[in-house]
Amino acid sequence: MAIDLNACIGCAGCVVACQAENNIPVVGKSNVANSREMHWLRIDRYFKGPVGEPDVVHVPVACVHCENAPCEQVCPVAATVHDTEGLNGMVYNRCIGTRYCSNNCPYKVRRFNYFDYHAADPRAPARPWIGIPDQQQAAEVSPLQQLLFNPEVSVRMRGVMEKCTYCVQRIAAARIQARNEFSQGIRETDQVAEGEVQTACQQACPTRAITFGDLNDSGSQVSADRASPRNYAMLEELNLGPRTTWLAKIRNR
Amino acid sequence: MSTTTTSLPAKATSQWDVQLHDPLHRAPLVLGDHDLTTVTDLVTGLALRPTPRMWYVAFTISLAMLSMLVVTIGYLFLTGVGVWGNNNTVGWGFDIINFVFWVGIGHAGTLISAILFLLRQNWRTGINRFAEAMTIFAVCCAAIFPGIHVGRVWLVLWLAPYPTELAMWPNARSPLFWDVFAVGTYATVSLLFWYMGMVPDLATLRDRAKTRLAQMLYGFFALGWNGSSRNWLRFEKAYLLLAALATPLVLSVHSVVSFDFATSQIPGWHTTIFPPYFVAGAVFGGFAMVLVLAIPAREWFGLQDLITHRHIENMSRIMLGTGLIVGYAYATEFFMAWYSQHHYEQFVFLNRPFGPYAWAFWTMVSCNIAAPQLLWFRAIRKRVWVVFAIAVLVNVGMWFERFVIIVTSLHHDFLPSSWAMFTPTWVDLAMFVGSFGLFFTLFLLFCRFLPMVAMAEVKTVMPQAHGHETPVRFDYQPSPDTPHQLRRGHWFT
Repeated sequence: MAIDLNACIGCAGCVVACQAENNIPVVGKSNVANSREMHWLRIDRYFKGPVGEPDVVHVPVACVHCENAPCEQVCPVAATVHDTEGLNGMVYNRCIGTRYCSNNCPYKVRRFNYFDYHAADPRAPARPWIGIPDQQQAAEVSPLQQLLFNPEVSVRMRGVMEKCTYCVQRIAAARIQARNEFSQGIRETDQVAEGEVQTACQQACPTRAITFGDLNDSGSQVSADRASPRNYAMLEELNLGPRTTWLAKIRNR
Repeated sequence: MSTTTTSLPAKATSQWDVQLHDPLHRAPLVLGDHDLTTVTDLVTGLALRPTPRMWYVAFTISLAMLSMLVVTIGYLFLTGVGVWGNNNTVGWGFDIINFVFWVGIGHAGTLISAILFLLRQNWRTGINRFAEAMTIFAVCCAAIFPGIHVGRVWLVLWLAPYPTELAMWPNARSPLFWDVFAVGTYATVSLLFWYMGMVPDLATLRDRAKTRLAQMLYGFFALGWNGSSRNWLRFEKAYLLLAALATPLVLSVHSVVSFDFATSQIPGWHTTIFPPYFVAGAVFGGFAMVLVLAIPAREWFGLQDLITHRHIENMSRIMLGTGLIVGYAYATEFFMAWYSQHHYEQFVFLNRPFGPYAWAFWTMVSCNIAAPQLLWFRAIRKRVWVVFAIAVLVNVGMWFERFVIIVTSLHHDFLPSSWAMFTPTWVDLAMFVGSFGLFFTLFLLFCRFLPMVAMAEVKTVMPQAHGHETPVRFDYQPSPDTPHQLRRGHWFT
């Protein structure tokens, strides 16, 4: 993924799109006040210049899917691991919630379900006599509320870490379609072609600031963006190999 | 050697003469007119007497605190980790602070019983049972927190390697997984060492117990000990082997705990000095806790003859020494932050003394660095209740050290957009207090029912164990003809 900061206007459309796509809970005022918001994607703002009239840079930040991910090596149960496509995957049903990955993430993009946020009353005690807590959530969420969820994406329960997946459900859908069409002889290769996967944030961005694609494909737009002289990696000095990079903002003055 | 001896004062003048280099002039380890029988009477008497009323009062209070821990853990399990103050930026709060605090306290016991045993520091005999019990109870308190701090506590068993239909093993690269082994091994060996060392004393209690139930229980745990030479031969061999086994564990367990931080990359955590620094801090805090327990206990239980001023003096010195190592480690961290020219590191080390948690940092410095300096003065070390107060302060300081390391490092890390503050909730505080409830409940049970002092070991350091009918007189003067071994080892071997 590459994010062009020249194009970004900081509208937060990507944040909302991500929230809708990925069943991200709304945590309420008191939890936001305690820095427990669940947004997988956030807009960092940097100010420069006089206080009344600053220059602002908006930087959308989500998990950058480090090649050498610090979250992966510290998880005691291997709940966050790399997949064959280079994604830093989060295995919800393996996660026991030590929060060590979040502590060790320099970008602080990991989000922890401190409560059962999707339940009618997240702070209400669970009812252990009904069953193990893993299976209680469906009973807690009203049928109407369940219609809100994206059926392609797991609804996470309390005690589980989550973060940006690069919309892995969309990648998987495109991959399955490509393979099916290849096996039916409709297309010549089983590779997903450029432009067949759009992440939710990318799709929602009104200024087309976000590019997503295959870094192994030298012809892809994201590879071209990476080759730009404006391309930089956040916290590059930590040598984590982030797969999301940014194109620096240039001002004419 | 003999010239050194003659240049020193001719005789030990009081129980305070512990600074002399010649063991002949040191204060004896057991004061008063004790002989082997009265030591047994004193220690078994405490375990076999009717329960004193004050014990019930103390036990009720600690049991109430323990219930608070149990109830808040239940609330935590039912509701979620959100009942604590932790947030996305500060993922670990009181949970891991308390874990590291209690594991640290659990260091002194095995150090006293294993390392000091191998180094032939015979003064350990008066306090080792105590300190080992403290170690085990502290490790119990410590083990709770990593167990309950996980988000889905019903799956915490996944931290353990066991064959399962999931075909998944824990991640061997994670320091949390190393912790499971480090703390588990330490707890097992400490418990074994404590219990094995107690077997002869349990047999003494079995022989002296009046009620049938007490006889049966002490008898069961005494493992058929009959005091024969063969028993003793095997016991001492096993004890030596266990001491050798436990010695590296004293160093390994807190080194591994420090890896939780040292192997991560958060500025303020990512530090190679952490393993020795944590071990020194643990011994420091552990000895402080031994003093906090021993000073009141020797008064309340009338053990002044067995836990003498000399013991308190020695422990004060160890506390001072390890405190200086800890102070040196703090200074090294600041030096490295400056010398590395690593701007995140530099920020963290400015943020500690001058940032929003400066109060915690300065509490740590005044308790851990300033307060122990008083122990340089003999007049202070002589006043046991001043030593007690310093030891309490050191425990407070060591708790705040973990707070500083964990919370202030996390709350302002790399990207300012994620900076946040950590505020504990009432559940955090109740669990912290409750962990003391567990600790004191176990400790009071120990004081009530088990031999508080290792009688058999204390007797080996008494003059009677070496063929003297009565204690050797203080003014014993070695003649130049006295064999070297006798001169050096008279009181101790």
